[in-house]
Amino acid sequence: MNRSVLKLYVMGMTPRAERAVANLRRICAEELDDRYELQVIDVLESPQLAEDERIMATPTLIKELPPPVRRLIGDLSDTEKVLLGLDLHPAPEHVGAKGDRP
Amino acid sequence: MIQLRTDSRIEKLETGIPGFDQISQGGLPKGRTTLVAGTAGSAKTVFAAQFLAEGILKADEAGVFVTLEESPDDIRRNVKGLGWDVQQWEADGKWVFVDASPQPGEEMIITADYDLGGLMARIEHGVRKVNATRVSMDSLGAIFTQFADRAIVRRELFRIATMLKRIGVTAVMTAERTEEYGDIARYGIEEFVADNVVILRNPLEGEKRRRTVEILKYRGTLHYKGEYPFTVMPGQGFIVIPLSAIELKQQSSPIRVTSGSETLDEMCGGGFFRDSIILVSGATGNGKTLMVTEFIAGGVKAGERCLLLAFEESREQLIRNATGWGMDFEQMERDGHFKVVCAYPESAGLEDHLIAIRDEIDRFKPNRVAVDSLSALERVSTIKGFREFVIGLTSFIKQRQVTGLFTATTPTLMGGTSVTEAHISTITDSIILLRYVEMLGEMRRGITVLKMRGSPHDKDIREFTIDGQGMHIGKPFRQVTGILSGAPVHLVRTEAERLEGLFKEEAVVN
Repeated sequence: MNRSVLKLYVMGMTPRAERAVANLRRICAEELDDRYELQVIDVLESPQLAEDERIMATPTLIKELPPPVRRLIGDLSDTEKVLLGLDLHPAPEHVGAKGDRP
Repeated sequence: MIQLRTDSRIEKLETGIPGFDQISQGGLPKGRTTLVAGTAGSAKTVFAAQFLAEGILKADEAGVFVTLEESPDDIRRNVKGLGWDVQQWEADGKWVFVDASPQPGEEMIITADYDLGGLMARIEHGVRKVNATRVSMDSLGAIFTQFADRAIVRRELFRIATMLKRIGVTAVMTAERTEEYGDIARYGIEEFVADNVVILRNPLEGEKRRRTVEILKYRGTLHYKGEYPFTVMPGQGFIVIPLSAIELKQQSSPIRVTSGSETLDEMCGGGFFRDSIILVSGATGNGKTLMVTEFIAGGVKAGERCLLLAFEESREQLIRNATGWGMDFEQMERDGHFKVVCAYPESAGLEDHLIAIRDEIDRFKPNRVAVDSLSALERVSTIKGFREFVIGLTSFIKQRQVTGLFTATTPTLMGGTSVTEAHISTITDSIILLRYVEMLGEMRRGITVLKMRGSPHDKDIREFTIDGQGMHIGKPFRQVTGILSGAPVHLVRTEAERLEGLFKEEAVVN
């Protein structure tokens, strides 16, 4: 399986941001072992990166690889949706939901 | 004029938007956020963009444009027609876009608990990057369609407004309205983002769109109340016409200028006053255009520059008419003393006509301006819009110390008043009536000076004739009464004498 490239944009290390980071690390550890790269970017420290990526909301997770590029907004506490967004074992009953692969 | 005390606690930032600083008594509250709300097509984006553009052009202040709806490319293209080269300003570090427009084709999954920290950080970053003092966000409603959770969006917009205040920028946020006269803005935005609300309207009135701007609230500072007409002109943008905010400060000059007719000058007590407005009223074919022509020719002869704004006849017709009365308009034009501008009244709204006329006057710098006829403009507008137009035009003409002669067509052949007269007679300094007089089965022409502010004048109704040399004013009508009411009654001499005698007797009794 291809490596996943993930970027997580947060604004400061707020409880919400910490929750998002923890949720993401847990899901990745369970599903991807070490087949992923995760970069956490604080928009307060790197606003130009946020500008270049046109980040609106925080936290925003961008799955750059594998394609398609997809954005997940929120603290990533809804594991089911995060798995779907990262294209990890999509459940058939969710086919047709927003963000599913065709 | 009543001098209003300005609140010293809240400073204002001059926007530079023509007319807006007048009605807002100095501009937008400095360091605050102002909500600009309007229906679709009410020129919100133009206002937001112009706020930044005027800052760059007039005050060398940089600005950040946060676009939530259109792409930066669309905005660059759209405002180019207003004469602004945004791309150049971006290169010069005067204008920064924060592109928060929805990205088509991008997959986004939104789960619970997020904020708009990304947007907030980017706006602040943009402000720091160019050291901006002005920020425009256009338009807030689009955030609500990108992010469905209204409670979060409201909370976040409030945080953004607070952040803007903290870093000390003056901001404009635009928002949609669904009705011209209804809620201030969709989603109740005004409740949490701004202390100051400006409303742009674009209602249909008599099949015409009439744009107005109203300052609804300006917490803690003074402003003029009510709706003011505005227009959006290519190459210039947003222009507010600050009618009732116009100060009556124009000087009035004792200098007299010729009407173009020696006899009429005598009737007026020595000619028109230089910076006065003269209304010539008459039925169709009664000699109004001739009076205009004489007025122009008289001015040119005295070495003045004359501008004719014609809304009824074409250039060729006007030149032919003038030639028929022995005046050579073409030669005057070649000499550079005269200019005729012809336009169909229907070609634009009255606000646009007014701006175009003002520009023309500022370009040509005439000493006298004639408008033939005002009545033609009356039919393309509502009565209210027309009155505003006339006030705007007369005050402008007076400020420029120009003599203005307007014609008005009466609705019936024999006289009566037109809407034009009813609305502008109090604004004009002089009124000259031209009337048909039916005498013993013959149509003759009468002229009288009805009003001549600040000067004695002839009270007679005189007969005038028209020939190849123009207008000739003759003797007063003596044995006719009721000319002005449109029902002339011819009196036989004996009857007239009897009446005269009657008054004498009464005078003795008293």
